Amino acid sequence: MEIVVLVKQVPDTESLIEIEGDGVSIKKQDIKWVMNPYDEIAVEEALQIRDAQGGAVTIVSMGPQKALETIRTALAMGADKGIHINDPAAEGSDALATAKILAAAVKEIPCDLIIAGHRAVDEDNYQVAAGVAEFLDIPQISMVVKAEVLDGKIKCHRTIEGGTVLVEAALPALFTTQRGLNEPRYASLPGIMKAKKKPVEVKTVADLGVDSATVGAANRKVKIKALNFPPQRQAVKIIAGESAREKAAELVRVLHEESKII
Amino acid sequence: MAQGVFVITEQRDGLFRKVSFEAVSEGRRIADGLGTDLTAVVVGSGIEGIAGELEKYGPDKILVADDPALAEYTTDAYTNVIADLIQSLDPAVILIGASVQGKDQSARLAARLDAGLAMDCTAIKLDSGKLICTRPMFGGKIFADVEIEGSYQIIAIRPNVMDIVETAKDCVVEKASVNVGEVKTSVVEKSMDTGDKIELTEADIIVSGGRGTAGDFAAIEQLAAAFGGAVGASRSAVDEGWRPHSDQVGQTGKVVSPVLYVACGISGAIQHLAGMSTSKFIVAINKDPEAPIFSKADLGIVGDLAEVVPAMAEEVKKVRG
Repeated sequence: MEIVVLVKQVPDTESLIEIEGDGVSIKKQDIKWVMNPYDEIAVEEALQIRDAQGGAVTIVSMGPQKALETIRTALAMGADKGIHINDPAAEGSDALATAKILAAAVKEIPCDLIIAGHRAVDEDNYQVAAGVAEFLDIPQISMVVKAEVLDGKIKCHRTIEGGTVLVEAALPALFTTQRGLNEPRYASLPGIMKAKKKPVEVKTVADLGVDSATVGAANRKVKIKALNFPPQRQAVKIIAGESAREKAAELVRVLHEESKII
Repeated sequence: MAQGVFVITEQRDGLFRKVSFEAVSEGRRIADGLGTDLTAVVVGSGIEGIAGELEKYGPDKILVADDPALAEYTTDAYTNVIADLIQSLDPAVILIGASVQGKDQSARLAARLDAGLAMDCTAIKLDSGKLICTRPMFGGKIFADVEIEGSYQIIAIRPNVMDIVETAKDCVVEKASVNVGEVKTSVVEKSMDTGDKIELTEADIIVSGGRGTAGDFAAIEQLAAAFGGAVGASRSAVDEGWRPHSDQVGQTGKVVSPVLYVACGISGAIQHLAGMSTSKFIVAINKDPEAPIFSKADLGIVGDLAEVVPAMAEEVKKVRG
């Protein structure tokens, strides 16, 4: 079983995000960069499937030099090799262009199964994995909380509002991870040592046969015109009272009579 | 030249999802702004009878794609059918609800059509004939204003945010020609939660508990029931195993926009705030007056939730009768 995991390096979810002077990008210094949490789940699932069925796990990631750290983290968890698409021409690509580049990279290698996070917690696009599946002309199953691979088929339980759906597809296929699928392992110290020697191929957009005039910030179809902070709320009104009961009664009164929420 | 606005609605087992009404209402507003027509598309099996429910939200046309192979949502069947309709009727703008299905659907459709997609938008503005979409990024820490270049423009709207508006309009209902094409996925079974559990992303009122509950969600559940709302949880409550993953609100959980969000014993880590900051009204109950959650709340009670929450439940019952 040849498994590809799509991985992205993103700001840690506890990071404070600040807007750059240009008004359309974020300040990248002073951020702690980590593997997208849903991608950690994807790596873990790939390792479990490989360990049960044999084969290899290849990590494919696009990003600047720094993104290599995240590929190394996945290798330290136990993945076998990496492909790092590192090309200034691709920087700032939108989800569609990113999917084109990643699909081109996957096309070059043997692949039965692709696993990715259902979204990256930076731009929250929920788009790249579906785009990769489309460009490779393979089925996608999104937001999976349980996956079984057998006899050239994949069966996935995906979450929907208020329930789950069991979906089946023939391989090759792609699925995206949702929390609950597994608990990702931490990289062990021997794992970290071994990861340093595992192969990571570096590719440019041109290496992958993708026209650089279709990717990058300048060629986004979804143009960022401005970034803003969320609207500020008015200062909180703290409900005073002698007892919990009195405070609760006053709060509900305000909700009912003044705010007319209930 | 592409023109017109399409809304891809969503129904499950013959019931429209609420976001479909939000999307048709918003579609009407945009179509009027652009001086063009609005077409609502209904996809499924045996759904001709429900199509008319959309009429009151003001579409000029309702297009019904009805085929037994569309009974359950599969990405490939739905994408094949909807992409065909779009390519033959050539609308300029396509709206869709950013539900679980809508996110999956719109992403595949965007790639199929080589079109720009603004995902999970909370507002759409018309600016001299151009659509500027506002979408939260970084879990809502940043709001981006984006413009989609080229045709088609696909806009997925966050459920529970945009208003449902009724508009009287003459409307024709037409059957669409359907070619399901090659389908590589199949739905084996669907299991829905039993009981009348309200889905977090569609709930008007959410009562959430965090570490401060010490694992006891009984009072949280009572308060949620009194409100007729849903129960949510912080990441730490889920990590502790007190609540299922599906209850988690936050940047790595569900992003919710209820009318009222009540945070009980939740300190307000950035991670959590990211998932609920677009709620219309926020109440925080915490024993620590310095808890960051108070900086995002409209109303707060500093106190022990074990006492405050049950008392609130009683008061809510009185008010709601």
